[in-house]
Amino acid sequence: MNYHDPHKPKHLADRFENKHAVPNGASAVVATTETVRVTTPADIGGMGHRMKRKEDPRFIQGKGRYVDDIKLPGMLYMDIVRSPYAHAKILNIDASAALALDGVVAVITGKDLAAHNLHWMPTLMSDTQMVLPIDKVVYYSQEVACVIATSRYIAADAVEQVMVDYEPLDVVVDPYQALKDETLVRDDKELKTNRIWHWEAGDKEATDKVFAAAAHVVKEHIYLPRIHVASIETCGMVANFTPATGKMQLYMTTQAPHAIRTVFALVSGLPEHRIQVISPDIGGGFGGKVPVYPGYVVCAVASLLLGKPVKWIEDRSENLTADSFARDYHLEAELAADANGKITGLRVNGLADHGCADAAANPSKFPAGLFSICTGSYDMQAAHINFDAVYTNKPPGGVAYRCSFRVTEAVHMIERLTDIMAHELGEDPAAFRMKNFIPADHFPYKSPTGWEYDSGNYHAALQKALDMIGYDALRQEQAEKRARGELMGIGISSFTEVVGAGPAKDYDILGIKMFDSAEIRIHPTGKAIARFGTKSQGQGHETTYAQIIAEELGLPMADVDVEEGDTDTAPYGLGTYASRSTPTAGAAAVMASRKIKAKARKIAAHLLEVSEDDLEWNINKWQVKGSPEQAKTIQEIAFAAYTNHPPDVEAGLEATDYYNPPNLTFPFGSYICVVDIDKGTGEVHVRRFVAIDDCGNIINPLVVEGQVHGGLTMGLAPALYEEIVYDENGQCLTGTFADYLLPTAVESPKWETGHTITPSPHHPIGAKGVGESPTVGAPPAIANAVVDALWHLGVRHIDIPITPQKVWQALRDAGVTD
Amino acid sequence: MIPGAFDYHAPGTLSEAVTLLRQHAGDAKLLAGGQSLIPAMRFRLAMPPVLIDLNQIEGLEYVREDNGHLAIGAMTRESALEESGLVQSRFHLLADAARVIADPVVRNRATVGGNIAHADPANDHPAVMLAYGAEVIALGPNGTRAIAIDNFFVDLFENALAEDEILTEIRIPTPGANSGGAYVKMERKVGDYAISGVAVQLTMNGDTCTSARIGLTNVSPTPMRAKQAEQLLVGQVVTDERLEAVGAAAAAECDPSPDLRGSAEYKRDVTRVLTKRAIRQAVERATS
Repeated sequence: MNYHDPHKPKHLADRFENKHAVPNGASAVVATTETVRVTTPADIGGMGHRMKRKEDPRFIQGKGRYVDDIKLPGMLYMDIVRSPYAHAKILNIDASAALALDGVVAVITGKDLAAHNLHWMPTLMSDTQMVLPIDKVVYYSQEVACVIATSRYIAADAVEQVMVDYEPLDVVVDPYQALKDETLVRDDKELKTNRIWHWEAGDKEATDKVFAAAAHVVKEHIYLPRIHVASIETCGMVANFTPATGKMQLYMTTQAPHAIRTVFALVSGLPEHRIQVISPDIGGGFGGKVPVYPGYVVCAVASLLLGKPVKWIEDRSENLTADSFARDYHLEAELAADANGKITGLRVNGLADHGCADAAANPSKFPAGLFSICTGSYDMQAAHINFDAVYTNKPPGGVAYRCSFRVTEAVHMIERLTDIMAHELGEDPAAFRMKNFIPADHFPYKSPTGWEYDSGNYHAALQKALDMIGYDALRQEQAEKRARGELMGIGISSFTEVVGAGPAKDYDILGIKMFDSAEIRIHPTGKAIARFGTKSQGQGHETTYAQIIAEELGLPMADVDVEEGDTDTAPYGLGTYASRSTPTAGAAAVMASRKIKAKARKIAAHLLEVSEDDLEWNINKWQVKGSPEQAKTIQEIAFAAYTNHPPDVEAGLEATDYYNPPNLTFPFGSYICVVDIDKGTGEVHVRRFVAIDDCGNIINPLVVEGQVHGGLTMGLAPALYEEIVYDENGQCLTGTFADYLLPTAVESPKWETGHTITPSPHHPIGAKGVGESPTVGAPPAIANAVVDALWHLGVRHIDIPITPQKVWQALRDAGVTD
Repeated sequence: MIPGAFDYHAPGTLSEAVTLLRQHAGDAKLLAGGQSLIPAMRFRLAMPPVLIDLNQIEGLEYVREDNGHLAIGAMTRESALEESGLVQSRFHLLADAARVIADPVVRNRATVGGNIAHADPANDHPAVMLAYGAEVIALGPNGTRAIAIDNFFVDLFENALAEDEILTEIRIPTPGANSGGAYVKMERKVGDYAISGVAVQLTMNGDTCTSARIGLTNVSPTPMRAKQAEQLLVGQVVTDERLEAVGAAAAAECDPSPDLRGSAEYKRDVTRVLTKRAIRQAVERATS
């Protein structure tokens, strides 16, 4: 392990070229490197060290504590009666047979909730959604009534005894059909239409002008199918209302415990200080645990009404058929280029299928999320995006599945179009990208849709990927194989991500600004606890946050415990999703550490009897300039903070920071995929996959690699396997893992990963988010590889998931078989 | 995923199991590896009032060669089959199948007898046993009887066992000289049922195929042999043209249903392609 000579005094603030936060618009020259910077010794384990995760020993031993592990005395169990229809009137609900079963405590219907005005709830996009219906159901598997019983088995038996009379209504599944307003999904709304919103970004006039003047235009209809996050742990809650104290404890699978507490307080009328949301260990969230589902609300209401703890845990089919989906964007996209093959403009008409409610988890000013990042890594003159959203008879959504608010859709579209244009022009897709990238010296870069990219070096990342995979040799192999009638393809994706919302002035969820927080307390013996407003669901926060603090304060990362998820103890924050934790709470950890370091300097000056100005920081201690043997370590200073602090300084050594980022961060990367196609069966075999990611400065290379491996597999999934499918009656055909196909280790290729490092100029440690980059970047690399293998047969585009049958059909249309 | 209520019995001997089966005739399901039954019960698609668990009965897990056939105990786990040196060295068709049944976790529990007795055309063993011309041994109140595999599969999820009979053993004739077999399965991902699967067992005399049996997986309502394809193959020199005709015959005689795995047309064409590949592989093994 390399690290800088600890004997060489080095002020921490000097370690990074981008040491000062750069306000929006200011220029910053950011150099790209490949070497992960390590400045602390291994026993401190600050940034750059490949530390094993602190949370893993308990997970590996099966000692995690998830919501379903919570068992409270006298706990009751909830199960849910669900609709067998996608659209139907409810004529009657008869619960008498269920209530007659021994052990059934209550059956809760929409009418019961209406008595407390809790039968509707707001969605995160300020739309409304039924908690339990009274008049009609609007999607298959919708919650209709809830049974509360003394055992999980009795609850399940009782569900079968709740008799509901339905009168089926016409169903609208296709969003283009929904636009005609022949069947209204939401007749509760004042406006009798299925249209939800219309949204535009960019400059229409300038874009039309660019297209009118273009030498080349390519156009494609691209569909990003409805998919599901399918976290290993389903959703659930243990609600524990204690009438004697008026306190409501909610153990809950949520990625945003603080925001949930506030929303619960506003909706239920319970005082916020009497609501404690506890998000214990979470078995994967990926965006699916940001929204509030009806089950949570009824579970909490049941506990409130019965005065007993109530547990609700979804089963897998409920999770797959009723919880928020992701994607479901229909995109009609055009790309323009001039006579030299230089991209000049992008024009998009989009239709978003939101199901029965707009329950997207977007910042409120962004109905289509951050989709307008869709000009991607390419410098162009103009772009215009025109979007509509509609209701259909499907579950509500959509969530940003491991994607920073609709960036996956944007990246898939621009990377597909770029490949189509390159192929149309007869140019190599790699060379075409190199020609059209935003040059490294153009950052910060103002995009035609108004984004200010903080830093980037797209040429370096793609070049590294090309070198690593041996691109030229692969192209030669492809030519030889094609001559023999074999099908091999090479696909590239050079994506730009946008993660880390705030800034607070533009980003909020239901009005709550998207800052995030850290609170660090150092105990007298030099050990520390740090609490955050975010909530890890597998991202490794307990390790990476500790490493940030170790980097800043020189405390060994093993001595820093990280806690999240309990709203009674953690500082307020907006939670973990959209790769925002490192850009926001990670930055807050730095700022809080620096506040502590400033106080530590005063204490050190007092102990050493010198002026603060005479001190300099060295890894883990304040030392006298020119006399480094006179020093006080952070541990000595911590002890003094409680035993011998200066008279004019408060006791204790702790700090809190609420960090509002000046801009988002813009991670990027270049992925290259090689596929072989079986021309008899249409099977796609991913032979190689090289992923070069640039997430700025790296806190823990091991955690980053883990994130990338998981994300790539989650990118492979929708590219080749996953889709939520409905029949014409709105019945979900993919309600189990036998039909909703999660790839396993068998399907996953050997991921070959690498990185470049182009620090964020405005983040205090130059870091960017990374969790979502691979999920965003991988699908178009795979799709581009498949189309590359088939282009000479006349194939321009295949929508994901690229199933064997779709490829077989394309081959058959081209007269190719085995 | 909560099953309905049921009574549970775990007999220690086969005769106790047969007695229980007779007592609860029509109400009881036998629990072997449980890899099909338990999910069906959890979805409440199956709600048997009585479960008779065979896992406490000793002596039903074995793979051995006996008098010119391979004898497989009904409770033999798929993983044991997969690891059997005997199977790997002499029964290539079976060895091919053992590696692609469901996934490794399922194979640790699932049993060969359960796979066959379930009579699911989507399972892999029915086509394999049809290709081998295997025999099923059943034990009932009046003793044992042998059922030819061609007579075993009656309908979807319906076999030739009487209500009080238990499948105890499967017998596969030991392949003679110049024989070879292969199983080629296409699935969307590991653990999925096949889009199509083709099991071939044949004998060669030089370039000429002298006998052949072909079983198909998941392209018909009941497990089936591709008899027309067999007829086009037997007595013929195995040329590319001949293979094409045989594959086309298998595609024509199967009867797949469209589902998320693909259209009927697609499944037929995959059956054509896989039939050719399986025969090629079997011929190679028979002649090497």
